[in-house]
Amino acid sequence: MRIRVGHLYPDYLNIYADRGNIAVLARRAALRGHELDVAAVSVGDELRPGAHDLLYVGGGQDREQALIAPDLASKGAALLESAAEGAAVLAVCGGYQLLGRGYRDRQGAGLPGVGLFAHETVAGERRMIGDVLLECELVPGERRTLAGFENHAGRTRLDPNAEPLGRVVAGFGNDGESGSEGCRVGRAVGTYLHGPLLPRNPWLADWLLAQAIAHASGGEAPELEPLPDRLEGQAHAVSAQRARDRGGRF
Amino acid sequence: MADLQVVASSHFLAIIYARFRMSARLAVESMAARAAARLSRLAGAGGGTTIPGKLLWKLDPGAIDALAARLPQGAAVVSATNGKTTTTAMVAEILGERRLAWNSSGANLVSGIASTLLAARDAELGLLEVDEGALPEVLRRVRPRALLLANLFRDQLDRYGELEHIAERWRACVAALPPATALLVNGDDPQVGDLGRDRAATIPFGLDDPRHSRAEIQHAADSRYCVVCGRPYEFLAAYVGHLGDYRCNSCGHSRPDLLVAAREIELRGLDGASFELVTPNGTTAVRLPLPGLYNVYNAVGAAALAQALGASLADIRAGLERFGAAFGRFERIPVGGKSILVLLVKNPAGANEVIRTLEDSGAPALLLIALNDAIADGKDVSWIWDVDLEPLLAGAERVIASGDRAAELALRCTYGGLAEDAVEVQPELERALDRGLALTPPGGELVVLPTYTAMLALRRIVVERGFVRPYWERS
Repeated sequence: MRIRVGHLYPDYLNIYADRGNIAVLARRAALRGHELDVAAVSVGDELRPGAHDLLYVGGGQDREQALIAPDLASKGAALLESAAEGAAVLAVCGGYQLLGRGYRDRQGAGLPGVGLFAHETVAGERRMIGDVLLECELVPGERRTLAGFENHAGRTRLDPNAEPLGRVVAGFGNDGESGSEGCRVGRAVGTYLHGPLLPRNPWLADWLLAQAIAHASGGEAPELEPLPDRLEGQAHAVSAQRARDRGGRF
Repeated sequence: MADLQVVASSHFLAIIYARFRMSARLAVESMAARAAARLSRLAGAGGGTTIPGKLLWKLDPGAIDALAARLPQGAAVVSATNGKTTTTAMVAEILGERRLAWNSSGANLVSGIASTLLAARDAELGLLEVDEGALPEVLRRVRPRALLLANLFRDQLDRYGELEHIAERWRACVAALPPATALLVNGDDPQVGDLGRDRAATIPFGLDDPRHSRAEIQHAADSRYCVVCGRPYEFLAAYVGHLGDYRCNSCGHSRPDLLVAAREIELRGLDGASFELVTPNGTTAVRLPLPGLYNVYNAVGAAALAQALGASLADIRAGLERFGAAFGRFERIPVGGKSILVLLVKNPAGANEVIRTLEDSGAPALLLIALNDAIADGKDVSWIWDVDLEPLLAGAERVIASGDRAAELALRCTYGGLAEDAVEVQPELERALDRGLALTPPGGELVVLPTYTAMLALRRIVVERGFVRPYWERS
């Protein structure tokens, strides 16, 4: 099956090896006989709801984020519509912030957000930097861990009824206080974890692929054939151990 | 008689007393700090290069100001994301005759600067490479007569923060420089080149040979958007990452006119590079023994700085042509009938250039890559996914992945096109080195790409085995 990926602003938001995430999706799709068709959707390009099975938004430096924010706001309605009709979404770091309701820096100046995730982000004084370990349960009864690296000044506060992506085992997470990390709305997932995220957390890549296939086929999310993931497991273990050694929080 | 009258004034006595106290204090602190370095060496803890400085920095931060102030010819400072160690070493080679206070082992934080100044008591001139984050503090204290700013690339975002923030701090540094300080900037870097825009007598340097432009700007290029208006630059030439000849078609911001430049560049694989060096004092042909466009950048920067320090064109040419290699950067170490070639990699832009140079001379079939994640390497290893490893891996039959993050590195290699059974994961560096040497034929060369702390560990291993002398005994 052809899985259509819309990669938003790859020329601006690419600070933490976001292309690694795309490479993982492409290879794991190919190993299951699917084809990943990645199209860049950047400043001035039209985002057509229904044209993509998966949308990817990466992280950028403050300057690049500010440069694309007005364009992203103009794509907001199309992005919400895409998610509402079942496209999968992965948003990392800056992308995660901008898919919330908005971002305010320490001077009080704001960047508008899309409002897909029920959160607001306010810049804090200290950056939250280091390895992170999360425990997630995207599929009820299936507990999995995510290991990544976070580096953000923004404190993201979820609305009380919003569903986090996971619980922080070690690290800071959304705001360094609540113990929550990331946000999930249906098939859309946002997180601060880069590193990049998917190479050492292949189960999340497979979950996203399954959601994207469900969107493409109009059916249920399929069970993807397991892969050996030997190196992936080792890389995950080292990263998870780094996070545990670090403990977490301020 | 007039002197006597002044001496009689109690005010002046107070000053003399204060000065005496200061210099006596400095002398005692200096002695204690030097003793600490000797102890460190005796204890086998390594070069002890920054221990005396750390101590001095703790005891009396102002001592650095005093140590720098007594250099009769003042000091020159070099900062950049990439190439500062090599550029500084090239300047040292050009200045050959002068007695330098030079941090040749790359100890470039404030404590390393303090150690260097402390150790070189009879130096005439300070020659200091400085960490890009430590630059503001060092400039305030050392007050150099010349400052070279060479490039800013994404590097260790977990430690330095974002590029823009460093550029902002550099901008403040430049604004605070006294008018007499010579400022040399890489005009090919949009952020860095712009730092000298409002300052008279800034010397922009760069490359001028579009034949060596990359077909497209690299994935890891950073400053792609106009520093003034934010629109994408048009790159008339892109040489290394985002370094090149850029122009904003929206507001007109463009590369400054280069006063020191390399033209007619010829790359000769791993053997070196030749170019025509154009300066305000004339033009000369240079045959550089180091490979790669990135080293041409280092050489042009070194030439610009050396000229600002009074070196003649003949000295510049001779120094550059004599130049060996800086510590761990393109360093060849003979190891019992074989050799290892050490090429430090620490961020995407630098690694991409190392790879391009290896590729130009025929990519090696066997590679040892060592990825650590200590503070000095950057704890965030995501950068390896931004490196264009693919052309290197296309020619490789086997990669030994080593270091603390060996598994992550191996995973990256499999995504770069290497079969999983062609990658060996060996986190222990010494074992990885032995494995690599065992696979290297007699007379052959093992190419090693280590991150910073892996490079230090590697050198420790070859020193222990007696293949090279420790760096603190050289020079």
